[in-house]
Amino acid sequence: MTKTPRILEVRANVLKDNDLLARSLRERFAQSRTLVLNLVSSPGSGKTTLLRQTLLELSPRYRVAALVGDLATDNDARRLAESGAPVRQIETKTLCHLEARMIEEHLEGWDLRQIDLLFIENVGNLVCPSSWDLGEDLRVALFSTTEGEDKPLKYPTLINTADIALITKIDLAEAVEFDHEAMYRNLREIRPGIEILEVSGKRGTGMAAWLERLEGALKAKRSQH
Amino acid sequence: MHELSIATHIVAVAQEEATARGVEVEAVHLRLGALSGVVVDSLLFGFEIASQGTPLEGTRLLIEEVPLTIYCPTCEAEVELAGIQSLRCPRCGELSGEIRRGKELEIVALEVKD
Ligand SMILES: [Zn+2]
Repeated sequence: MTKTPRILEVRANVLKDNDLLARSLRERFAQSRTLVLNLVSSPGSGKTTLLRQTLLELSPRYRVAALVGDLATDNDARRLAESGAPVRQIETKTLCHLEARMIEEHLEGWDLRQIDLLFIENVGNLVCPSSWDLGEDLRVALFSTTEGEDKPLKYPTLINTADIALITKIDLAEAVEFDHEAMYRNLREIRPGIEILEVSGKRGTGMAAWLERLEGALKAKRSQH
Repeated sequence: MHELSIATHIVAVAQEEATARGVEVEAVHLRLGALSGVVVDSLLFGFEIASQGTPLEGTRLLIEEVPLTIYCPTCEAEVELAGIQSLRCPRCGELSGEIRRGKELEIVALEVKD
């Protein structure tokens, strides 16, 4: 005689704890009118260079801060701190992504009302950070021209959660025979209509448009309240 | 490998639900969207590790994979996609960002001991 198992229906989102925490962070960021960006990319995409340049250029006019996720060393955090902005490192040890609770922990002692823009540099990885909402306003996926235009096809989940695709190291596009059209097509096949910007943190190409985009988002956020 | 941390959450959430109902778990039924970014084999392996030393040790994780489904405004229909690298409607070729299914990462049922 076979026994039919008793099945109880349950409806539970596996990441509900993270989602709840992310929601409460989002509320705090709304109250303090802090624009929060979650930057996601592969290692070597030029993320730290870009972020350093962004902090430098924004800091005369805005109060900026950064949280930097890193597996161990604090090299990135130190490089970023040279910009003069408050920077904290989040050491993730074995974890390959940042979670909302880490953001909450590392915000302790910071007065969010004194921060206009908060940048979260996620761990260098294009897979794992996709599932974890950090309470950010904009998720920015960075791809460098040197990674090739097929790269987005390997990370559809991440691209599908991104608001902006930022193509970095655009100054090297010619040298590596970067195919703009293929890149745009690949990104938009996965995320129709995704906003795409091209920059070079090193040469400054496209920085004005990127900074303008950030200022526009900050203005929009401030006018909501 | 984020599957291990996701598995840890599955174990915790399943146990939480079991405790609330006063039942003992034999198997966990999970619905997993194609666009959830989770690799099934890694998740199964992660579940074994994450459940060790918990009341869920020795239980099974049963995964129902949910294909990516978009709503195509041209066809005025929900269309299932074979892959996740393009959100183009296979019938008419239209791109649609309207995802209806495929992002699931949820526990839908528990098999329990009588
Ligand atoms: Zn169609």
